[in-house]
Amino acid sequence: MAVEAKMIDIIVEQLSVDKEKVVPAASFVDDLGADSLDLVELIMAMEEEFDVEIPDEEAEKITTVQNAIDFVAKIQE
Amino acid sequence: MTLQDKVALVTGGSRGIGRAICTRLAAMGALVGINYVSNPTAAQETLDLLEAQGGRGFLCPFNVSDFAATQTAVKSIISDHGRLDVLVNNAGITRDGLMAMMKEPHWDDVLDTNLKGAFSCSKAAMRSMLKKRWGRIINISSVIGFVGNGGQVNYGAAKAGLVGLTKSMARELAGRNVTVNCVAPGYIVTDMTEELAEDVQQAIKAQVPLNRLGSAEDVAAAVAFLASADAEYITGQTLHVNGGMYMGN
Ligand SMILES: NC(=O)c1ccc[n+]([C@@H]2O[C@H](COP(=O)([O-])OP(=O)(O)OC[C@H]3O[C@@H](n4cnc5c(N)ncnc54)[C@H](OP(=O)(O)O)[C@@H]3O)[C@@H](O)[C@H]2O)c1
Repeated sequence: MAVEAKMIDIIVEQLSVDKEKVVPAASFVDDLGADSLDLVELIMAMEEEFDVEIPDEEAEKITTVQNAIDFVAKIQE
Repeated sequence: MTLQDKVALVTGGSRGIGRAICTRLAAMGALVGINYVSNPTAAQETLDLLEAQGGRGFLCPFNVSDFAATQTAVKSIISDHGRLDVLVNNAGITRDGLMAMMKEPHWDDVLDTNLKGAFSCSKAAMRSMLKKRWGRIINISSVIGFVGNGGQVNYGAAKAGLVGLTKSMARELAGRNVTVNCVAPGYIVTDMTEELAEDVQQAIKAQVPLNRLGSAEDVAAAVAFLASADAEYITGQTLHVNGGMYMGN
């Protein structure tokens, strides 16, 4: 499965939101209602699913769905 | 009070209070990680002890004052055992001396082990707790953090610091059903206090309404309670185990 599809599944699952809302431009906090701990958990879930290590400095920059997809795509190159 | 199917980590579990906490949590059914830094023989004794009473445990040496080492070690506990439910930040040292004479490394060593160590271990351990929506973090402070003690500015600062750390962590993690509390022992008979001269020990007893030094088991009992399901509505608190020598809060 492509990164994008997997990522959307993770977000739907972690944030308990409808799939339609998980568009690239959506902000986790403003559009998807995530609080700061949700973000931490989302990062943890991404690390597990994609088998990557996301340092805290990088994690802070991941604020939208597109950010998350780009980050994982870049790290997997 | 059961911790069946739970995994616990006790820092400084090789000796003293930590050992008593390990055996107590194991008796409640937890699989207990026994952390230590310099004394594998003592750690093995703790393991033998808890296995002899039918418990389960494993050794996990690492230095709590080394941030990178704690992250690696705690992560591997979580991946080896699939979870980490109870963390007891018990590892602690003293480097006593009057402030006028205190060397910078003595300040740093005590703060790094007693305070930063709790931050580092908790940071790594909370990942599993958040995911499971259940966790217990128990920090071992000290009466000295509340009343102060000449010759222990470093230790007193670290132990009072743990109380502030506990309260803020408790607020951050409450939404995920992870509680964070302190246990503040008074004077407990261990290697740490055996160094004290006999007349000092007598003077201490005179300040304790219950008229004896505490035992490591007295402290372990308080930790066991806070780790149990019975304590699920208690967070951000300090439980004083000191024979009444300090009754403030
Ligand atoms: N005893 C008291 O009266 C009293 C009173 C109030 C609070 N406390 C607190 O209770 C806790 C336990 O005290 P205790 O009297 O049981 O002490 P202890 O007998 O001196 O044992 C200290 C334990 O901490 C471990 N440790 C020390 N530095 C470490 C490090 N950098 N990384 C990992 N482990 C480390 C030691 O491991 P090794 O065996 O490998 O050296 C040992 O297991 C401490 O936090 C202490 O401040 C004690």
